[in-house]
Order: sequence, then structure tokens, then C-alpha cells
Amino acid sequence: MVSVDELVAASLAGDKYAMSRLISLVEREDPHAPDILQAIYPYSGNAYRIGVTGPPGAGKSTLVNRLVQAFCKDGYAVGVIAVDPSSPFSGGALLGDRVRFKAKTEGMDCFFRSMSAGRALGGLARATRDAARVMDASGRQVIILETVGVGQSEMDIAKAADTVVVMLTPESGDDMQAMKAGLMEIADLFAVNKSDRPGADAAVQTIEGMLSRTSRETDWQPRVYMISAALNNGVRELYDGIWDHHGFLGLENRMGERRKARIRTELKTLMMAEFSKRLWEDPAHNRGLETALEKVWQREIDPGNAARETVGRWFSGTEIDDSIAGQ
Amino acid sequence: MERNIRVVTAKLGLDIHWRGVYLVSQFLKEAGMDVIYLGNKFPEQIVEAAMEEDADVVGLSTLCGNHLTLGPKVVELLREKGMDHVRVFMGGVMAPKDARKLEQEHGIVKVYLPDTPMQTIVDGIRDSVVELTGIPKKAM
Repeated sequence: MVSVDELVAASLAGDKYAMSRLISLVEREDPHAPDILQAIYPYSGNAYRIGVTGPPGAGKSTLVNRLVQAFCKDGYAVGVIAVDPSSPFSGGALLGDRVRFKAKTEGMDCFFRSMSAGRALGGLARATRDAARVMDASGRQVIILETVGVGQSEMDIAKAADTVVVMLTPESGDDMQAMKAGLMEIADLFAVNKSDRPGADAAVQTIEGMLSRTSRETDWQPRVYMISAALNNGVRELYDGIWDHHGFLGLENRMGERRKARIRTELKTLMMAEFSKRLWEDPAHNRGLETALEKVWQREIDPGNAARETVGRWFSGTEIDDSIAGQ
Repeated sequence: MERNIRVVTAKLGLDIHWRGVYLVSQFLKEAGMDVIYLGNKFPEQIVEAAMEEDADVVGLSTLCGNHLTLGPKVVELLREKGMDHVRVFMGGVMAPKDARKLEQEHGIVKVYLPDTPMQTIVDGIRDSVVELTGIPKKAM
């Protein structure tokens, strides 16, 4: 059995199987995962991350296959993380994104990894972020994150990317769905796929109309592309559009600011989790919870005020006396 | 630590009879495994996928007579890449003597012929990767 240190060294040197093994370890939160992430983190931060999201059947895998070809042709080492939903009953998953992944031609440097949305401990966003970091540190220059844009955690993955491509199709009521799901706010580029079908023009118009009424966090004006990923129409223009957005991010340190903002969010989330974990490890806090519960149950105090009062006492350091007094 | 078993399934070569592999993939999913279905792929692509996906198991489906050539090729390529721990299973239509030959001489863990109960396949895969995944064997 190869040691974790050897795996890390091999992965940093670009060995794909070592990279694959490390991704498994961080994905399932192996006891070695914190050491692995600490070891690779200083070498990450160079990859350009692109999120591709959209409803099921929009053609994400087909488009990702096209984009991979384009990036590889331009000489980039590409990594793909494709997330598919899992069965809520068995925890198993059928991951089919590789079916659309065509044979690699000579000189194509690509690493493709499928991930199940289900059992990734500690959240899907964390698992994909850590997997992307392993790829990043191992020399992947472009990383494409492919997710179904339906749930909050899937959206979080897309949001963690530098550039977000939202895919929609005509004639499926997707424009309305996009408005509801909040996809409008996160998209940097829209790809209306299956544009050979009727209704594509209308879909583009609807999206453009909505865009003018959507508030955004940057001054980038999202563009709408009509493509057919299967027929390879319009993909080149979309690819150039992705690079345009990359260029936009490169100006005035926007990329740095965007990434730093993401890391701030990540840190906040992790700190909350750590705080909460430590909080409930303390028996005094659990007693405080029980005391508050009894008072709320007796209708002496409402839950909101009980929570404020209890936490307030914890912070002022008087909870010990009180919980004893309450017994 | 217990974890999901990762299985890469594929139609071997140009064989198009996909219904069987769909069914098996579905059942493996229902049994709690992560199944990465590749579609039609050749041994080189299958082994590359197994490497990138860190698969525990490769499942090959074939009903078109390429089992004695392309099947052993997958095992050979896995060994070349130092991935000896990956268990290779096959399923499909072939002469029983060919199935025995694949199991005895070519490193295929098990060949499942038509009419094999689904649970036999699930248990066979699960039992073959006990030491890799920490999932205990089914109580007999």
C-alpha cells in the first residue's frame, strides 16, 4: 500500500492515479483528509474554474465534452468534476456523465471525475471544492464543475466557480424555472441549447429581457448564446465568450476579489460548523438547552426569546450558576 | 471506514445490447453503490475511466462474442497500470466453457451468464471488495 505522503508527492507531480486516490480520500473525509488538504493547498489557486449548470437533460454533459475538446486543443490541462444526484433510499448513484464523454485524441490532457451528490459527508459543496483543490494543485489549468442546477447545494458549487455558464433549452418552460431558481443571478453566460428546435429565439429574448431587470453583484453584462452542443453549433462562440469573461475578471483584480469573497464565505461556514460542534460538546450547554426547552414547553417563554436569553447567558459566562440553580 | 463501492460499468467494444447492463447498473445503485456507466468503450478507455474514478470494480457487459479478446485485455491493462486491486466482473451471453476459462485463466473474478439472480451479482461484487471498502460480508 502506498503511503499518503507518497500519494501527495506523486499527485503534485501530476500523476493521475495518485490524484484520483487523493480525491477519493478527501471526498469521503478520510482521517488523512486534513493532512492531504494542508499539504496540497499551497500549490492550489492557479486553475481557472468554470461552473456549468442547468436543469436535467439540458445538455450539460454534451457541452462539457465540447468545452474539454476546445480547452485541450488550445493546450490546457483540463479537469472535470461531474456531479449527479443519488438515490435518497439506497444512497447509491448512477453516474452517467461519462457516456457523453468521447474518446480522447492524442495529446488531450484531461481528467474526468464523477461524483455522487448523496453521501458526500459535510456537504456536496465541500466535497467538490476539496476535489477541485486536489486537481488544481496537481496541475489542472482549467477545471469544469458540472452540476444539475436545482438544489441549493448544487447552486453553491456553481457559485464557487470563477465563471458560471447556465444552460437552458427552448420549449420546456426553462426561462420561468430559471427565474424561480435564482439561476439568473449567478450566470455569467447563458447557453440556450438545442437551438435548432422551435422556440429558441423566444427563449433568448425572454432571458435577455429578464437580465435587464435582474440586479447583479458585478458590472459584467451576461451574454446569451444560442448553441447546439450535439451538433457543435455556436460552441466556439460560447468558448470565446468564456475567455472574454476570464479577461474581464483579469482586469482590476476582479478575479482575486471574487475568490477572496468566496473564501470568506467558506471560512464563515466552516467556523460556524466548528463553533457549533464545540458548543454541543459542552454538557453545560446541553443542560441550558434542556432548561430552555422545559420553559418553552410550559409556555413560560417563546422559543425566540428563550434562545436569545440562553445564548446571552453563555456569552456573559453565567450559564453554569443558572443551570445549577435551575435543577 | 465504510463507504460506497465504486463500480465502473461498460458495454465492451461495439456491442450494442445495452438493456442488461442498464438493469444491472440500476440494481447496483439500489444496493447502495456508486455506479459510473460509460456506455460503449474499449479496454483502454475503460481502464482510464477506472483510474480516474478510483473504481473498486469494473463490470463488463458483452453479448457479441468479443469476451475472450477484449475481456482479458482489461485485466492486463489494469495490471500494467498497477491497479491489481480492481476486481473485474463480466456478464452476458457466452459458452459456459468460455466463462470458466475467463475466470480460471484470465483473472475475471466472475462471469454472470443469463438468468443469474440480481442478488447473486450484488453479493458477489460486495463480497469481493470487503477489504477495500470495510463493508462486511453478508451474513450467511
